[in-house]
Amino acid sequence: MTALLIRDLRLAVRAGGGFGLGLAFFLIVVVLVPFAVGPAMGLLERIAPGVLWIGALLACLLSLDRIFALDREDGSLDLLAVSPLPLEGVVAVKALAHWLTTGLPLVAVAPVLGLLLSLPGKGVIWLVVSLLAGTPALSVIGTFGAALTVGLKRGGLLLSLLVLPLYVPTLIFGAEVARAGATGLDTATPLVLLAAVTCVAVALLPFASAAVLRMNLR
Amino acid sequence: MSLKIVDLGVARGGVPVLEGVNFAVAPGEAVVLTGPNGVGKTTLLRTIAGLQPPYDGKIVVPDVEAMTYAGHADGIKAALSVAENLMFWARVHGQRDISGTLEDFALTDLASRPAGQLSAGQKRRLGLARLRVTGRTIWLLDEPTVSLDKGSVDLFGQVVRRHLAGGGLAVIASHIDMGLDVRVIDLTPYRARAKVARGYDEVFL
Repeated sequence: MTALLIRDLRLAVRAGGGFGLGLAFFLIVVVLVPFAVGPAMGLLERIAPGVLWIGALLACLLSLDRIFALDREDGSLDLLAVSPLPLEGVVAVKALAHWLTTGLPLVAVAPVLGLLLSLPGKGVIWLVVSLLAGTPALSVIGTFGAALTVGLKRGGLLLSLLVLPLYVPTLIFGAEVARAGATGLDTATPLVLLAAVTCVAVALLPFASAAVLRMNLR
Repeated sequence: MSLKIVDLGVARGGVPVLEGVNFAVAPGEAVVLTGPNGVGKTTLLRTIAGLQPPYDGKIVVPDVEAMTYAGHADGIKAALSVAENLMFWARVHGQRDISGTLEDFALTDLASRPAGQLSAGQKRRLGLARLRVTGRTIWLLDEPTVSLDKGSVDLFGQVVRRHLAGGGLAVIASHIDMGLDVRVIDLTPYRARAKVARGYDEVFL
């Protein structure tokens, strides 16, 4: 398992690995939004949590189709399926590697980008908390979508269409935590719900993804 | 460790391609599967490896974990070096030592080269080297000698011979003589009747 995690992380940071793609996209979205909506301080402050969450979600979506497609193309996926590793474990490790190379960097740069959108100080903290609690769900759900579309050439469009509706609860509760935090409201309820969505996704989806992968390998 | 195929029927994309396949492989023995393109050699090997379920019959093997499969694709990452690629598969299978395997496949000098820069034959050698580091006894090989030169075929023949001498067994789909003493099974008589019947229908219509 650790060998697989190390390999995936190594592949992500080497040339052509796609590490930084999501990060760059997130950066571009957040930098461009103030130009598009104008420099009105109050307006930017109000939409900042939502913009940051949508940026993070779309950045996450960008790198999903790489999770299994590359391994399928070069035959690694077949070989992993006949290896001693349980396929559920393979899926979980792949989701973890995706989160470490996409979700975690997004969480790390979010405070800086929050400042760009004039998000108030305590809002930044809640934004980071909400992203930390929500992005693992994005990776796990995305891995499930990637497993569903692994046999398809150019399955990116179908993958996005399948995954986006499943992202909606995370987006709603995540943005709500950040918004409530920024305006000084109670964040407990949306945060608990956000964490619940993440926990359920992390607990159940690896099994579903492994089952789907087995079917797609036939 | 032995492998027994009993009345096995395999399907590709829902269409039966082979049925009633029966053979047994004893320790130290290698079986070569032949037959025209599309007869179902790859499908049969993938079914035995457990990558897809049989639609009929069964595969009797003492331990499913004893099998390993080498298909048309080598499972090599271009961005990783030769040693990193091999080390990954070794660690997945709980092994740590790859130096002997690198030597057996004449890859020692290439160990630090990115796998993306290897020639097709060298990539194939690296893909086959994975078999050694899995430490498994039943090798299912699908056209293992594709893009190998004469010297590399001999090299691989030696590796297989040593594997067999150590009590291992191999099922190989290949048309090339690797200098092994093997039993050849022609799959043509096992073609699924359903397919033939459908063929007649098409002619009839």
